[in-house]
Amino acid sequence: MENFPFWGALGGGVLIGAAAALLLWCNGRIAGVSGIVNGLLSPVRGETAWRALFVIGLVAGAGIYAAVAPAGYGPRTGFPLGLLVLGGFLVGFGTRMSGGCTSGHGVCGLGRRSPRALVATLSFVLTGVVTVFVVRHLLGVS
Amino acid sequence: MKQNVAALLAGLLFGVGLALSRMVEPAKVIGFLDVAGDWDPSLAFVMAGAVGVTLVAYRLILRRPVPLLAPRFHLPTKRDIDGPLVAGAGIFGIGWGLAGYCPGPGIAALGLGTWEAPVFVAALAAGALSHKWLSERPAPEAQPGAGREQGGSATESA
Repeated sequence: MENFPFWGALGGGVLIGAAAALLLWCNGRIAGVSGIVNGLLSPVRGETAWRALFVIGLVAGAGIYAAVAPAGYGPRTGFPLGLLVLGGFLVGFGTRMSGGCTSGHGVCGLGRRSPRALVATLSFVLTGVVTVFVVRHLLGVS
Repeated sequence: MKQNVAALLAGLLFGVGLALSRMVEPAKVIGFLDVAGDWDPSLAFVMAGAVGVTLVAYRLILRRPVPLLAPRFHLPTKRDIDGPLVAGAGIFGIGWGLAGYCPGPGIAALGLGTWEAPVFVAALAAGALSHKWLSERPAPEAQPGAGREQGGSATESA
């Protein structure tokens, strides 16, 4: 079992699931990151504090972990800026259009056995795979 | 107040999970999507761990009439599988494959101090606000109330 290289992935996934369970159990909310952020971009009175604190926790959690266990984070070098900007724009547009992302549709929606979430998850994984194939293998970029 | 503490703790746990699973590294994510190359199955284990927990925990939690600290559960109400769901998720997947970040890891990566994360998050906000602007813009022939369906799609989203 020691040469099973996916303990970190599995353990990290369990923590993400636990975070989603905590938010539903305590606050009755779905831990969908795009939905939480969209609520900050279109603020509603009384709805911004918990969203902002969740996002602060998200950033701080990753930062604290990286400070405690700094090994292994190799930042990409020379990644094309244009791909990053175009990718980010499409992620923001598409997740708002479909009402969720990897966490909202994937982690939380599949956990609720939602057919909408399953369709969305299959859709974004499929186009993600096709995009990487085209960009990396047909165009030879990144 | 207690709800704010719970949200902060959930965010912290989520951020640690993303860092531990190395999903904050876009190269790992692109490695998962690169089925024709040197495929890295890590993300499948992340999803298995996370969905394994939510499948069990959500069922138990939703037996409660109300959450621990809030007056009611806020769950998505839409049931229909429609065009915006499929097309929006498809557009998101294209961006995910291009950048290697989805919203959670992209925002969490702000805590790692790389130059990529703030650029990605700014572009993400621009994309989300563009969709908001397009969907809230009244159509030229719109009757009063005709924009209701589109405006409603932004509420109670996952």
